[in-house]
Amino acid sequence: MLLTITSTTPPATDLGYLLHKNPARVQSFELNFGKAHVFYTEATSERCTAALLLDVDPVHLVRGQRGGMDQYVNDRPYVASSFMSVALAQVFGSALAGQSQERPELVQLALPYQAKLAVVPCRGGEPILQRLFEPLGYTVTAQAYPLDETHPEWGMSDYFTVTLSATTRLSELLTHLYVLIPVLDTEKHYWVGDDEVAKLLRHGEGWLASHPERELIARRYLKRRHLVRAALAQLVEEDDPDPDASEEAHAQEEAEIEQRLSLHEQRLGTVLAVLKNSGARRVLDLGCGEGRLLQLLLAERAFMEIVGMDVSHRALEMASERLHLEHLPALQRDRLQLLHGALTYRDRRLAGYDAAAVVEVIEHLDAARLRAFERVLFEFARPGLVVITTPNAEYNVKFGSLPAGHLRHKDHRFEWTRAEFQTWATGRAGQFGYTVRFLPVGPEDPVVGAPTQMGVFTR
Amino acid sequence: MRTLTLPELSLVVLIGASGSGKSTFARKHFKPTEVLSSDFCRGLVADNENDQTVTHEAFEVLHFIAAKRLTGARLTVVDATNVQPEARQPLVELAREYHVLPVAIVFNLPEKLCQERNRQRADRDFGPHVIRQQTQSLKRSLRGLEREGFRHVFILSSPEEIESVTIERQPLWNNLKHEHGPFDIIGDVHGCFDELTTLLAHLSYRVSWREDGGYQVIHPEGRRAIFLGDLVDRGPNIPGVLKLVMSMVAEGRALCVPGNHDLKLMRKLRGKEVRVAHGLAESLAQLEPEPPQFKKRVIDFFDGLVSHYVLDDGKLVVAHAGMKAEMQGRGSGRVRDFALYGETTGETDEFGLPVRYNWAAEYRGQAMVVYGHTPVPEPEWLNHTINIDTGCVFGGKLTALRYPEQELISVPAAHTYCEPARPFLKLEDQAPALTVQQQQDDLLDIAEVLGKRIIPTRLHHNVTIREENATAALEVMSRFAANPKWLIYLPPTMSPPETTQQVGLLEHPAEAFAYYRHEGVSHVVCEEKHMGSRAIVIVCRDEEVARQRFGVMNEGFGICYTRTGRRFFTAAALEAEFLERVRSAVDRSGLWDDLKTDWLCLDCELMPWSAKAQELVRQQYAAVGSAAQAAFAETIVALQHATARHAAAQVLLERYRARAELTERYVAAYQRYCWPVQSLADFKLAPFHLLATEGAVHVDKDHIWHMSTLARLCVDPLLLATPYQVIDLTDLGSQAQGIQWWTDLTVRGGEGMVVKPLPFVVKGRKGLVQPAVKCRGREYLRIIYGPEYTAPENLNRLRERRVAGKRSLALREFALGLEALERFVRHEPLYRVHECVFGVLALESEPVDPRL
Repeated sequence: MLLTITSTTPPATDLGYLLHKNPARVQSFELNFGKAHVFYTEATSERCTAALLLDVDPVHLVRGQRGGMDQYVNDRPYVASSFMSVALAQVFGSALAGQSQERPELVQLALPYQAKLAVVPCRGGEPILQRLFEPLGYTVTAQAYPLDETHPEWGMSDYFTVTLSATTRLSELLTHLYVLIPVLDTEKHYWVGDDEVAKLLRHGEGWLASHPERELIARRYLKRRHLVRAALAQLVEEDDPDPDASEEAHAQEEAEIEQRLSLHEQRLGTVLAVLKNSGARRVLDLGCGEGRLLQLLLAERAFMEIVGMDVSHRALEMASERLHLEHLPALQRDRLQLLHGALTYRDRRLAGYDAAAVVEVIEHLDAARLRAFERVLFEFARPGLVVITTPNAEYNVKFGSLPAGHLRHKDHRFEWTRAEFQTWATGRAGQFGYTVRFLPVGPEDPVVGAPTQMGVFTR
Repeated sequence: MRTLTLPELSLVVLIGASGSGKSTFARKHFKPTEVLSSDFCRGLVADNENDQTVTHEAFEVLHFIAAKRLTGARLTVVDATNVQPEARQPLVELAREYHVLPVAIVFNLPEKLCQERNRQRADRDFGPHVIRQQTQSLKRSLRGLEREGFRHVFILSSPEEIESVTIERQPLWNNLKHEHGPFDIIGDVHGCFDELTTLLAHLSYRVSWREDGGYQVIHPEGRRAIFLGDLVDRGPNIPGVLKLVMSMVAEGRALCVPGNHDLKLMRKLRGKEVRVAHGLAESLAQLEPEPPQFKKRVIDFFDGLVSHYVLDDGKLVVAHAGMKAEMQGRGSGRVRDFALYGETTGETDEFGLPVRYNWAAEYRGQAMVVYGHTPVPEPEWLNHTINIDTGCVFGGKLTALRYPEQELISVPAAHTYCEPARPFLKLEDQAPALTVQQQQDDLLDIAEVLGKRIIPTRLHHNVTIREENATAALEVMSRFAANPKWLIYLPPTMSPPETTQQVGLLEHPAEAFAYYRHEGVSHVVCEEKHMGSRAIVIVCRDEEVARQRFGVMNEGFGICYTRTGRRFFTAAALEAEFLERVRSAVDRSGLWDDLKTDWLCLDCELMPWSAKAQELVRQQYAAVGSAAQAAFAETIVALQHATARHAAAQVLLERYRARAELTERYVAAYQRYCWPVQSLADFKLAPFHLLATEGAVHVDKDHIWHMSTLARLCVDPLLLATPYQVIDLTDLGSQAQGIQWWTDLTVRGGEGMVVKPLPFVVKGRKGLVQPAVKCRGREYLRIIYGPEYTAPENLNRLRERRVAGKRSLALREFALGLEALERFVRHEPLYRVHECVFGVLALESEPVDPRL
C-alpha cells in the first residue's frame, strides 16, 4: 500500500527533481485499479522522504475479474504487490527510466537511499528478502506481524514492513523494486495486461542475468495466477481452501522426503518390469495421476491397450498434456484411453483387462472405504494380474526430514508396516481367488526393509 | 370387412411391390410417427426419396430408429417393399432382440396393377422389370413367412380387401395392468398341500371341498391369490395342490404363472421324451391313480398359463424366476425362458448345479418384481424385487407376500419332503450380518452417478445434473466423503433476500418478509443464525441399529458430517465422545419413544467456525486483517507527518483513518466466531431441523414443532437451543418486532437470522417457495464483502447482485435433499438415495456468486 523513499544527501529536496514530483504538493493519479497519491512526509535539506500511497479499489478488483468469483476478503488493497510496480511505472516513469530535466547530473550519481515498503507479502520471510536484495547491495531489515494478536497460537503472518538501504542510483532502486515486489508475492498476480510480463523482463536487463537467485526470480515472477477450476472451487471445504495448490505442495513435500532415493522412478520401473514380465497386453493404471507410468507403458509396444484412470480431472488434463495426446499419431492415440473415475465405485469400463497397476493409491483411501475398493478391483474389474504399491511405514525412520510419527504425504490416510500390508494382501488374495507375492522397492534396509512395498497378485 | 388383430406391441412389416399401396395403407391405419418408411430415410441421408444408391445407409437409419422405438415399447411399422427374405430377416431379428412380436402384412396384388400405379407417378421412373422382379419375389416368399419368424401373417389380395381392412390392437396376454389387487402372492408350493391350505387360512381364505373334486375358495374381502409356479414335483400331495389352484384360477380367485417344473410335467404328460428327475417321479406316481380327464385338464391348464404378468398400472410384475425390466410386458421365446428359468452364468457350483446369474442385483426397474424358483432361507428385498420361494418342500416354509401391503406371511413346512441338492438353509450363518440389499449397497456403480443425469423428485419435478458438475462431485465424494451408507442427506444452499436500499446495509429483514408475503405466506419463523459450520448428525440407539438400519458395521453408532459429506471430526475419539453426548441427550429427552424410532438425523450448525475453518481463518481472514492493520499503521503515521506540512494531506489522513477503522471492525467481526478448541467442552451444536426418524421425514411438521422438539435435546451444555420468533406478515407491528429482533442480534455481533415459512414446505404462486432466506448482519457481512464494503462508494456497487440463480439452486437442492431422505425412509436401495445426495453435491459445484 505504501512505499516511501528517503534521501539524506543535501540538498535532500533534490529528490523532488529526480522523481519529478514537487515536495510542496500532494498529488493524486488515476490508475485503472484505483488511485495513487504522492506526498512528502518530510522535505528538509538534510532529509527528504517521498511517499507513494495506493488506494486500490476493492470492489473493482473483484468485479473487474471475469466471472467475479473471487473473494472480497483479499489482501490486495493493503499490500505492495504488482499494483505497486504498475504505479511506480506510471507515477515515477521518468525516474524509473533514469531521466531528469532539472538535475540530469544527479541521475547518474549513486547516493544513499532508503526505501520502505508497508507491507509486502513474502512467503519464506526474511531469508527470501535477503536472498533477493542483498546480492544487489541492499541492507535489509524486516518487521514481522502476528496473524492475530488475540490468537498468538495462529503464529506469524507472511506480511512484513521492509526497509532497504543502499547507495545506488535512484533509477536502479526503482527498477529493483519494480521487478522484485511481484517476485516477493508468490500469490495471485493481477496483471493489468499481458504486456506487463514483457515490461518486467525488460527492466531486468543488466542485473537480473548475474543475480544468484535469477532462477527463483524468473520462476516466481512468471508464475501466473492459477485458474482454479470454477466448479471444484465451489466445493472447497473451509479447512482446505485451495486443494489443488495444497495437493501440489503435499506431493512436493513427499517427493522431497523421498527424493534422495529417486524412489518414484524406481517404483515405476519395478511396476513396468512386473507388467512386461507378465505378458499382459491390455493394462490399467488405476490412479494414473499425471501419467508418468502411462508414459512408460506407451513406450512399450507390447501393451496394446492402456487405460489410465484417476479421480482428479485436473490430473487427467495434465496427463493428457504430458503425453501430448492431442498430437499423437492415430495409431498411438488409439492405444491409450484416459478415464475419469473413482476406485470406490464399481466401474464396468474396467472389466476384462490383463493387468492393473495401482501405484501409491490405497494409502489415499479412508480405511473404511478400502472394502469398496477391494471389491471394485478384485471382484468386478478382476484383471489377471494386479500390482499394488504402498509406502512401508517402517522405513519412515530413515527419512531425516520426516518428523517421527508423521506420514509422508498429508493426504495419506494410513501407512502400513510390512506385516500390515502383507496381512491385508494375503487376506484379499484368499478372498478373491488370487495368489500374492511381495517385492521390495528401493534400497532395502536389513531392519526396516525397503521404502516402498509391492504386492503382485495373480489369478 | 377384414379385421387384422395386431398385438399392441409389435413390429409390423409391410410387404409388397412398389405401387401396391403400402404407404397409403400405413397413413390410414397408423400414426405418422409409428411408420418408418425406407423412402423417407433415403431422403434423410441423400435429400432424395428415390435415390437407390443410398439404400444401405437408409436402412441403417431405419433399423436404428426402429430399435429406439422398440426399446421404448412402441409399435412400429416398417414401410418398405420387404419382398426379399434378406430384407425381412434383420427386422425379425430386431423384433426378437426387443422381445416384440414380428407381424407381416402382405400386399399381394397383381403385377399389372402395380405397374399401372407406378406409371402415374412422375417420381417413379424405374423400369417395369423392377416391379416384375418384386412381385415374383413376393410370390415366392408367401409360404415361408411364418417359418421366417413372423408370428402373425396377414395376406391381402385385392384393392377391395385392402380398402376394407380395420385394425384392432390387442393387449398382450401378460398385460393385466388394469388389475389392481389386492393380491396374496404365493411362492413355490411343490405339492405341499397342507402347508398351502394352512397358509390360505392364515390369509383368511375360506377353502371348502366341492362334490366335483374341486374346491371353492372365497376371501371375505375379495382378495385374490397369485401363484408363482412350480406347483408340482417333489412334494406329498401334488394332485391336491393342482385341484385347488386350478379351481381358484377357474373361479377367478387366483392367477397363476408357470414354473419350469410345471411345464416339464406337462410335456411328460403329453408323451414327450423327458428325463424323470428332480421330483418329476413323485408327480407321475401321484397322478397315476387320477382319471385321464384330469391329466388332460392339467395339460390344458399349464398350456394356457402366461409366462408373467404386469399388474396394477405396471407397478407389479410376477414371474416364476423373475423378470428383467427390459423384458417386462413383452413377448418372445426369450422372455418366456427367462420367466421360467432366469439366467445362468454358464458355470456350475460345487454341487454340480448351474450358477444363477443374479439379475435382481442389476435390476433398476420401476415395477416391483415378485418371484420364486430358487429357494432362499428368508425372503429379502433387493432393488425392489423379492424372491419368496422359501423352500417349503425342502423343510423351509411356504411364504406369501401381501400386496400392496408388502407384508410377508409364512407357514413352516411340516416335514422335509425332499433333500435339496444344494443346502439352502445354511446353519453356520443363518443370520447374515447384513441383508442382501445391504451387501449389494456396499458398492455403488459409477455409471449411476457420472454423466448428465435427470432425477425425478416428488417436491420439484425433475432435477437435471450437468455432466461437469457430476465430475466435480465425484472427485469430492470419492476422495473425502464418508461411507455413502451414512450419507442420507446433504443440506441445500440458502439465498439472501433481495438487496435492501437502506443506508449502510445490503440485507434487511423487510425484503425477506416481503418475499414470503408476496408468495402468500402469512407467518414466518425467524431463527437466530449461528456462525459455525453446517453439520448433519445421525445418531442411532446403538451400533446394532447402525448395522440394521444403515448397513454400517464397525463405524460406530452415528456420524457427524459436513455439507460436502466429509466427516466433521478427524479424531475418531472426539467424534465418538461427541456422538455419545448427543445420544445421551436423546436418551434423556424421551424422543426415541415419542417418535417411535431408534435413529435420528439432525440438521445443525456446529460451532465454533474456527474448529473446521481454522485454515481458512488463518490463511485468509486473519492474514488480510494483519496486512491491513500493519499497512494502515505505517500509512497513518506517514500522513500525519504530511499533514503537518500540507493541509491538503488532511483529506487523505481522514480517509485512511476511516478505512483503518473499518478494518478494525472487520477483525472484530471474524474474531467473534473463533475460539480455540481443546476438548469437546469448547464445541456447541445447534440443531434446527429434526429431519428424519424411522418411517418419517418430518417435513410435514412446521418449524415450531422442529424448534420445540429439538429444544428437548438441549439439556446437555453441548447442545444449544436456537432462539426464534414467529412473525405475522400481515401485521406491521409483528414485522417491526422481527426487524427489531434482528437489529438487536446483529448489533451484538450476531451473524443474523434465517427466515422460514412456518410450514416446512410451501407451494406458492410459481411452485415451490424458498425453504429459508438468510438475513445477515452488517458487521458479519464484512467477512463476506470485504472489510470496507460499507463505504458508500463500495456499497452502491455491491447492491447490484442477483439472487435468482442462487434461489433456483436452493430449490433444486432442497428438493433433492428431501428426496434422498424420503427414499431412505422408504427403505429404497442405496443407489436411489445416493443419486440424490450426489446430485446435491454436484449442484453445489454450479457457479453462483459465492457471496450470496
